[in-house]
Parts: sequence; structure tokens; C-alpha cells
Amino acid sequence: MSGLEEKDLLRKMYFEMLRIRRAEEKISELFKAGHIVAPVHLSIGQEAAAVGVMNALRPQDKVVSTHRCHGHYLAKGGNLKRMLAELCGRSTGCAGGYGGTMHLIDDEAGFVVSAPIVGASIAFAVGIALASKIKGENKIAVAFFGDGSVEEGIFWESINFASVHRLPMIFVCENNLYATHSPILKRQPEERIMDRVFPHRLRVDRVDGNDVLAVREAALQAVFVASNKGPVFIEVRTYRYKEHWGINEDWQLGYRSREEGEAWMAKDPIKIYGQLFESENEEIEARIKKEIDEAVDFALSSPVPIRRS
Amino acid sequence: MLALTRLTYKEAAAEGILQAMEKDSRVFLLGEGVDNITGVYGHVLPAFRKFKEQRVIDTPLSENGLTGFAVGAALDGLRPVLIHQRNDFMLLAMDQMFNQAAKLRFASGGRHKVPLTILSFVARKTGEGVQHSQSLQAVFAHFPGVKVGMPACPEDAKGMICRAIEDDDPVIILEHRSLFDQNDFVPEGYYKTPFSARVVKEGKDLTIVAVSAAVGDTLEAVKIFAERGGSAEVIDLRWIRPLDVETIIKSVSKTGHLLVVDTGWPMFGVGSEVIASVCERAMDSLIAPPQRISMADSPCPASQYLQSGFHPKVSDIIKNILGE
Repeated sequence: MSGLEEKDLLRKMYFEMLRIRRAEEKISELFKAGHIVAPVHLSIGQEAAAVGVMNALRPQDKVVSTHRCHGHYLAKGGNLKRMLAELCGRSTGCAGGYGGTMHLIDDEAGFVVSAPIVGASIAFAVGIALASKIKGENKIAVAFFGDGSVEEGIFWESINFASVHRLPMIFVCENNLYATHSPILKRQPEERIMDRVFPHRLRVDRVDGNDVLAVREAALQAVFVASNKGPVFIEVRTYRYKEHWGINEDWQLGYRSREEGEAWMAKDPIKIYGQLFESENEEIEARIKKEIDEAVDFALSSPVPIRRS
Repeated sequence: MLALTRLTYKEAAAEGILQAMEKDSRVFLLGEGVDNITGVYGHVLPAFRKFKEQRVIDTPLSENGLTGFAVGAALDGLRPVLIHQRNDFMLLAMDQMFNQAAKLRFASGGRHKVPLTILSFVARKTGEGVQHSQSLQAVFAHFPGVKVGMPACPEDAKGMICRAIEDDDPVIILEHRSLFDQNDFVPEGYYKTPFSARVVKEGKDLTIVAVSAAVGDTLEAVKIFAERGGSAEVIDLRWIRPLDVETIIKSVSKTGHLLVVDTGWPMFGVGSEVIASVCERAMDSLIAPPQRISMADSPCPASQYLQSGFHPKVSDIIKNILGE
């Protein structure tokens, strides 16, 4: 890739990461104002994982996610207006108000579904990959999930089946070190998840989740392998800045230290890449603000849904 | 007029699966041991002979995962049929069946469909113990978003699996292994059993609603009742959900008496729901308190010396009818 192309790509990915962060900051405002009445799980701090992976996928590829799904949905091309409308409980929401913050869907964008029962949606991606193989399609399925999912039986059932059938899929484990308030070393024998997946005979990789280019590179290789040889597992090391759900910080709870958080924030991808585009930043921020403001207007002016069974 | 052929219950089910797969190339089977020499209980043999591994997929022992894989394939436009050799194992898949499959159409505001069929089996053989003897239809039917059927005859063993496969929601079919060798005339071509109960025998003194293997037991019992001059109307419920309350109420308003014979447990069971539905909507039709017959409210013991009295028998139904 030439320098210019790389800068264009970086600009695009920087824009997408910033857009997710600003959207989730707006979600925080809407939450505070009482327009969103729901347990929002913000992905602030984890944007590079979503954006890096999605920038390696093709339009036909399908994605499933978890309760922490806003960033994945937006990065895959999900409709922002319909997402905010869904979070505000409106009829124009992507699920008509029936799904809410943890059940986003945008079929046109290939964002199939998200689900908050930990590990559950991983199996959907296996099924989509199986369907792709049965139908002979050139399409891969991608499951996003956290480190806690690795403790669920369905994760290993999924890894096993995908490996046996050499399915075209990518497992993206966003290892943010905590499941709600429980640190990984209280729950797992070691921090490196990749090593425990490797014996299941699939390609594994581990990448710095603040390095959006590295994430994309790992995902590009994964797309190639998944399309031709079988499943890939990528462990993306990342960090959640906010509380498990809600709009605040939670250092006062004491389950993780502010120092630990500050070390991650010092490597914040939006801050770092923002420096590269300082001269354009005002224009980028204005574009994002305009889109988000329009989406908020759309959501708040939309009718409330009518109850069906 | 459809041509008829004589088939056993399990042959009829196998024919239904085969014809559904011939009719729609999106249908595929998966489950533990589906392609092995016995083809589950024979259910998969015709389909496997014709469609091989491409559409009949043997799987690891991962009930919850398999259900999720089937959901994913359904979300991607296929119509999976997932087979568990016993319904007791389905408890391992509760999350995927009921948090996920049952909810996805609703939680997507109707944008998703989950055309998933789950076929499994209920048994009441001696010696099988506490984990191979359950009849879990009431547990499964508790959840909005799924349909649950229990065929009681060969014609429905075929027609209900075809109905399930064509439905856009998850449908659970529970066959009863004691019925496998029962044979009867079955239409040769493809057909679907409606989502309604079936009046098996008309009568005027008493309505008996029965499910699955209890239908045959009830028909035996009402012969004795007839010898004593009684006339019972027997309804094969067929579907636990959707529950065909109309057919039951129509009958009860004629007979004034209601007995429910179920293969499951009494607490929060099929009998409870049928009786509650009739009481809510047609209390005035009832001349006497409604009755139910179920498995004993206990796990099933293994020993042949302990099992007596656990599964309801024909004689229990006769006793109840005659008030002895």
C-alpha cells in the first residue's frame, strides 16, 4: 500500500472510530435526558476493534454481536438513525422498538443480530457459515464476543464444530480483561486466550486492539484463510473505559484501577490517529455532528410503536 | 382424494421428512448420529439415502451449540431440522431454543424468521431411570414464540413434521417411542396437518382430551365405558401450542364433563392449561369439576419393581371415567 492510500484508509477508519465514539457520547446524553430508558453497554475505548475488523470484510459478509453492539453495528454500516430510534424505543427503530439496545439488526448492512446471553450469538455465526458452505456462497460469518464468552460451553461447541467442518468464519474475541466486574485472571488460567483455542486446529491470532491497522491486517488475513481453508480466531486486546452498563466511569468500585485505565487511554486510537488529521479535524467533527444531530431529530420525532403480540 | 398406503408411525415420519426435503431444497437435517446405520430410529434413512452428507449432517454432542447453529442457518435462509434422540437432552439447549430461537422474530420487530424444526422423542420404557423417561412438552410450550406438537398416529407423524418444516417459527415435534410400530393408512403424497386438535371419536357424555401415547390408551379405556353404556368424545390435542381451545370448548359445551390425559407431569402441565382455559371461557358448560390424569408427580424410578403407577395406564383412565 502506498503512503497516500494508507493515509486515505486511516482517515476513513479514524472517521468511523470517531463517529462511533461521538454516537455513544450522544447516547449518554439521550440516556441522561431520559429519552433512552435501557441498560446501554457502551463500547467507548473499543472502537478500533470494530472498525479494524469491518474494514477487512466484504459487503456480503455477515456479522453477529453481543450486548455491547452499537460500535459493531455502526462499523458494519448499520443505519445510525434507526439505531438511535431503536434505543429511544421508537417505531422507526431497526427492530421497531421490540429489540432495544442489545438486539440491533440491519440486514441490508449484513449486521444480522446481537444477543446479550453471553456466547449465544457465536453459534448463530457458525450456522450462517454452515449455510454459506451448504449454499456454496463466497460469504463468511463473523462473531464478535468478549473474553467472558470463552467461559461458556457454547463457545467451545462452536469452535469445535467450525473446525470440524472447516467453516468460513472468523471468531473475534474482544478481550477487555473484565466480565462485568470480574477480572480475567479470576476466571481463566491465563490472559492469553489464543493459546487455549489453538489446539482445536484453527488459525489463531492475537492483536493490539488499539492499533486499528494491525486489527485490519489480522482480519484481512483471516478473511483469506476463512474463505479458503477454514475458521480463524482473533483475540483483540482492548479496554472498556466506561462502566459495564451505563454512561459513567466506575473506578470508584475498585475492581480495576484508574492507573490501568489511564495506561490504555494514553494509547487511545482516536486520540493518536486524531493527531494525524489535525488540520481536517474540525471538518470531520462537523460532518459527524451533523449526521448525529439529524439522527437524534429522526429518533425523537418518530412515533412510538404500537404493541403487537 | 389422496392415495393411501399402510405405514408405521416412524415410517410415516420418515416419509414426511423425505418429502419435505424433496419439496424444498432449503431443508436440511442435523443431529447426533443422523447419518449412522440406524438413521436415528429409522427416521432419517430415506432422506440420507437420497440426499447424503450434503443435507444430512452428523454432529458432535453439542445440543445447545447445534440449536444455535440451526438458528444461524435459519436466519440465513435455510430450513434446518434438528434431531435429538431424546427430549431429556433438549434441556441442554434451553438457551438457544427459548432465549434465542423463540425470541428472534419478536425482538427483530418481525424482520427475522426462524424456520427451525426440532424433532425429538419421548419414552416410557422400564429401566430408563430419571433422565430418559421425561415428557417435557409443558416445559417447552410455556414459551411464546414456539409451537409444540405431539403426533399420536401415523398420519399425523407425517403431516405434523411437514407442517413444522414449512412453518416460519421454531416448531418442536415430540414423537412417542411407544407408538413407533403402530401402523395405519397414511396419504401417500405431501400434506400438512393443520394447527388444530382432532376429534378422534364423537360422544355425548364426557370429553376426554388426550395427547400423544395417551390418545391410544384413552381409546382403549372408552371401549369399557361404552360397554357400560357411556359415550365419550375423545380429542387428540395434537398441538400443545397453539392450543386449540375452541374444539375443546365446543365438545365440553355438549358433554359437560372434561378429563385430560397427558404423558407429562401434573404441575403446570397440559392438563392444568387445558382445564384452566375451559374454566376461564366456558365454566358454565361444566357440570362437574374437570379432571386430569398425568405421570406421578415424581421423577421416574428405574426398577421394574418401582415403576408401576408412574406412567398413567389404561386402567387409570377407566377408573377415573367410571369414578371407581
